[in-house]
Amino acid sequence: MAELPQAVRGFWVTFATMFKKVVTEQYPEDSHKYPTQPRFHGRHQLNRWADGLEKCVGCELCAWACPADAILVEGASNTDEERFSPGERYGRVYQINYARCIFCGLCIEACPTRALTMTNAFELAEDNRASLIYEKQDLLAPLLAGMQLPPHDMVPGTTEQDYYANRVKGPAAVEGEVQS
Amino acid sequence: MTENTTTEIVPTVSVTIDGVALQVPKGTLAIRAAEMIGVEIPRFCDHPLLEPVAACRACLIEVEGMPKPQPACAQVVGEGMTIRTQQSSEVAKDAQEGVMEFLLINHPLDCPVCDKGGECPLQNQAMSAGRGESRFEGEKRTFDKPINVSAQILLDRERCVSCARCTRFADQIAGDPMIELLERGAQQQVGTASDEPFDSYFSGNTVQICPVGALTSAAYRFRSRPFDLVSVPTTCEHCASGCSLRTDYRRGVVTRRLAWDSPEVNEEWNCDKGRFAFAYLAEGRITTPLVREDGELRPASWPEAIDVAARGLAAAGSRTGVLTGGRLTQEDAYGYAKFARAVLGTDSIDFRARATSPEETQFLRAAVAGAPIGVTYTALEQAPFVLLVGFEPEDESPIVFLRLRKARTRVVSVGAVATRGLDKMGGELLAALPGQEAAALRDLPADIRAALEQPGAVILAGERIAASAGAPSAVSTLAASTGAALAWVPRRAGERGALDAGALAGLLPGGRPLIDAQARAQVAAIWGIDTAALPGLPGLSGDDLLTSASRVGLSALLVAGVDPVDLPDPALALRAVDTAAFVVALDHHHSAVTERADVVLPVALVTEKSGTFLDWEGRPRPFGQVFKDALTMSDATVLGMIASAIGTSAGAWDVNGIRRELTALGPWQGARAVVPGVQPQAAAGAGFRLASWRELLDAGVLQEGEPFLAATARPSAAIVSAAAAARLGSPATVTVTGPAGSVTLPLEVGAVLDDVVFVPMHSSECSIYRDLGARIGTAVDVTAGGAA
Repeated sequence: MAELPQAVRGFWVTFATMFKKVVTEQYPEDSHKYPTQPRFHGRHQLNRWADGLEKCVGCELCAWACPADAILVEGASNTDEERFSPGERYGRVYQINYARCIFCGLCIEACPTRALTMTNAFELAEDNRASLIYEKQDLLAPLLAGMQLPPHDMVPGTTEQDYYANRVKGPAAVEGEVQS
Repeated sequence: MTENTTTEIVPTVSVTIDGVALQVPKGTLAIRAAEMIGVEIPRFCDHPLLEPVAACRACLIEVEGMPKPQPACAQVVGEGMTIRTQQSSEVAKDAQEGVMEFLLINHPLDCPVCDKGGECPLQNQAMSAGRGESRFEGEKRTFDKPINVSAQILLDRERCVSCARCTRFADQIAGDPMIELLERGAQQQVGTASDEPFDSYFSGNTVQICPVGALTSAAYRFRSRPFDLVSVPTTCEHCASGCSLRTDYRRGVVTRRLAWDSPEVNEEWNCDKGRFAFAYLAEGRITTPLVREDGELRPASWPEAIDVAARGLAAAGSRTGVLTGGRLTQEDAYGYAKFARAVLGTDSIDFRARATSPEETQFLRAAVAGAPIGVTYTALEQAPFVLLVGFEPEDESPIVFLRLRKARTRVVSVGAVATRGLDKMGGELLAALPGQEAAALRDLPADIRAALEQPGAVILAGERIAASAGAPSAVSTLAASTGAALAWVPRRAGERGALDAGALAGLLPGGRPLIDAQARAQVAAIWGIDTAALPGLPGLSGDDLLTSASRVGLSALLVAGVDPVDLPDPALALRAVDTAAFVVALDHHHSAVTERADVVLPVALVTEKSGTFLDWEGRPRPFGQVFKDALTMSDATVLGMIASAIGTSAGAWDVNGIRRELTALGPWQGARAVVPGVQPQAAAGAGFRLASWRELLDAGVLQEGEPFLAATARPSAAIVSAAAAARLGSPATVTVTGPAGSVTLPLEVGAVLDDVVFVPMHSSECSIYRDLGARIGTAVDVTAGGAA
């Protein structure tokens, strides 16, 4: 076959591509079709126990582990009148600065109570820095069925040990034998 | 003063540690000898200032010739001993790791919620000297937690490794053995007697030396982690002991203060007031200058407020009185001293916000102001005999108390109350009715006089000698006649510095007499003013100043941080402030004075400025600025602004410039005022004599906002002798009535002279000046019961 002119040969690539499967993912129109990988490092979440109490104990290990100094935590004492988490201590202030966070996940590894995990949410863009600082109420997991908004007491008859051993399954439901 | 420095040859012994041969002083512990060659042996119970106990067993080492590993913290090295630590001995390493494993068996996994986490010797040494894996599979022993051993100190018994540091501190150092190791075996725990909390003035030290998180303080609980904190070495502003502190802050707020090492002064300890009373720093500040307009204080700009203050003070000039309070740094007190003399031309200045007397004023001019360091803490430790006059060390200068107790010095206190502190020092009481100390000093028993004649004997005179006619004269005479060294121990941190800075009528900086031509010339030269511009005659001080102001003798007052309730006649002080035509108050918090002032200028707190406190020894205790970006100005800087608005500069007003001026001036070398010669006065009136002083923890303004600390204060009570209590019929409460009023307090029986009643000077329940209108030594009426 005679050599086609250079210009036509160039356009051949374009022409042939028109009949190939499209690999471009349309964002945001088709983003629902393309979920992230299940273990994608997205926005953090502060989890709750089954009765709605917060898992965070305000220990600051996440802040300690953070290589980007993106996390600020201040602990405080639970009282009998105002209880946010099982045990003595809860996180009174919890902030993650997403202008600093590098989504490395070291904070998740550091968390001793699995209070901090990462969701797959990645749409965090803002037009100002202040909005990139997520406060505790922005990070807390939603209340699921059976959960009650803290502050409230621990499930009657339980101790924090029962929570840590995952024996508390709901606002009144306790599995197995409870530690006295 | 005699120096006890004999060149003593310390015998040494040869020892080999990990193959390194070294000579150490005889009696050295193996753990210290190992430190000398840079080998760190793990330890929990070992503390250089406490007696060895070998309780935790973490420091086991192999000693050649001994069948089993020995604890390095209790093993004194002997001549020719061969020691192998974990560095060179498998036996020692295995022993240490085994002990660590045992210690961790019952230690809870509390690290995330434990205040010690991040600065915990157990965490650190579990990493450095532990095995990493636990073989323990059972249930850990648990206790209820935390429990309060006092309102301030919380105990998590599960975390305790039974090292006995806290109990040894309480017993050996503080003399408050209110905590003890109870039970045995796995149930061993620190505890208190059921009805007696750990209300020691020094309890906070146990939190600091606890090598695990078993003891924590309510004030610092869950406040922060070590990596959050910025630490600044500072000096305590609460009393004249002059403790080194470490101030930790987080995000612009002080979170805690720790005792810091200063072997010459506080060693490694401090008192609970210095440790916990800092909440006042954050609360209730005056934020802007205030100017009175139409009878109301309104916020004003700095230039306006300075201008108003300058015009008012310039108009009053030499008819101004200056009260600086006892809490200023030396630099700020110097600012007031200079401002009064060089800018206003007045000498009516006094730094003492407490009971004073003209006799005391003369005593301070003659014997204390500008004097070089004489008696030191070390001298107290070495003294064969210490006589206390008008001074209760545990309440009024706790570190002096710790030193006297440590030294087991023979102590005699001239007073009316054999206090708990005196008892703990093993001291004796030389009976003297309150206000009658001078007579007791005049008729001193021969054995005490002989004891004072020993080389190195010391007389410690507290600030309460001012309340006792003839006492300042008597201590001066006694010191001169026996050769004993005399030291004056004020209560407030700023008093000695203010005295040396010249913030007292008749005194220029460095103890210079105002009326001495050479002294005047030296000071005028440094200030760059004409000698004639300095006031010619000593001005008013103490009660005279307030009396004069209250009778329109003085037309303006310049007041810094004085709370009228501290003064023996609060009503007179308020009348003086009300009567004075113009009042300028420099303060960081509102008080009865700022509410009545014409101009209020906010000034920096100790955390916002650098400066120097002189402790009672006269030793400078400089400190740096904690909050470097604070916008507030120190008193001296503000005074400099007023001075330049008036049109006088008079040298430097910044802290460094003032330090240079103070250094250039130096202490006065010339003739000093003569010591006063006031004769003792016989007691007047019948009834109970009032004995009183400021307890360490009371209703002082610097202790505001710290409820846990306040709860550890001694309960307010009227204390009388057993005989007097029986005479009153041993009621539960008594009513003490003074000239101006009465208070009802619980009755307590104590080692008090008959016909004497002790009432705390300024507790939350009663203030003798405000509520009774009585002074120390006043005859008061004590009756059973009362409207409680």
